[in-house]
Amino acid sequence: MEGDLAHIGAGLAAIGSGAAAIGVGNVAGNFLSGALRNPSAAGGQTATLFIGIAFAEALGIFSFLVALLLMFAV
Amino acid sequence: MATEANGEGTGLVFHPMDQFIVKPLFGGDTINWYTPTNVSLWMVLTIVVVFLLLVVGTRGRAIVPSRVQSVAELAYGFVHKMVEDVAGKDALKFFPYIMTIFMFVVFANFLGLLPMSFSTTSHFAVTAILAIAVFLTVTIVGFVKNGTKFLGLFWVSSAPLALRPVLAIIELISYFVRPVSHCIRLAGNIMAGHAVIKVFAGFAAIAAISPLSILAITAMYGLETLVAFIQAYVFTILTCVYLKDALHPSH
Repeated sequence: MEGDLAHIGAGLAAIGSGAAAIGVGNVAGNFLSGALRNPSAAGGQTATLFIGIAFAEALGIFSFLVALLLMFAV
Repeated sequence: MATEANGEGTGLVFHPMDQFIVKPLFGGDTINWYTPTNVSLWMVLTIVVVFLLLVVGTRGRAIVPSRVQSVAELAYGFVHKMVEDVAGKDALKFFPYIMTIFMFVVFANFLGLLPMSFSTTSHFAVTAILAIAVFLTVTIVGFVKNGTKFLGLFWVSSAPLALRPVLAIIELISYFVRPVSHCIRLAGNIMAGHAVIKVFAGFAAIAAISPLSILAITAMYGLETLVAFIQAYVFTILTCVYLKDALHPSH
């Protein structure tokens, strides 16, 4: 079957989404621990929270993209 | 990509990426720029829904708003506050543009969640146009408003002098990667979510695990509803952040 190595590479690229999960968990967990210390200031920082999550998540999406390219474009 | 997905032999009843194939609406195979396709159909539907909500829904201009009008007012107030908080008061003249982006993306995402529909924002071509438009707007506004002082965005004056050229290169690269990550984030999230739902739907054909798979589809659908809104929110708020950089480039 052709494209075997590309499929292995796609599977390896999927590891990147696990790394993105660690990043998103870090952002959200740190936000929560900060928010519980000072709940009155937490409301104003939700926008920053989502921007941080978006930046962390984008890199996981990049690895998903690499996997897709390996599956269908190579 | 999608056409090749069609030909691959997989164990599933249908390929999870089949849902993203662009097809002409009235038969035929050739797609020209004027051919009505399922993408253009669902984009027109998105605009119709936004029009119904924001123009027809608020036609009464009642003091005590009807249900549709209060939803429209809620969306207006939400985006208005976001622009004001993130980009500052002088960014409010770009509010119509940002409101347009937000309403288009959020309704394209939500309409894509309807069964048998087509999610236009899952295609990089659609989101890339949105992201490039934002990038060009922000860059032009930055240069028109600040002249050459806009280049100060890349010259980090708070860093030591020896480091500044290195930082300038990094800042320049990160500036030009912005539209790429901006569009891939939205399209990748929506595409990944829809593909996951389709993968679970493929498992439903196997009788032994079909109850589990239906449960998983339901759970993923709930998550996707959340993601559809959050990604529209993130797309809009990043537009505001980029706009803030253009209006106030000093570090």
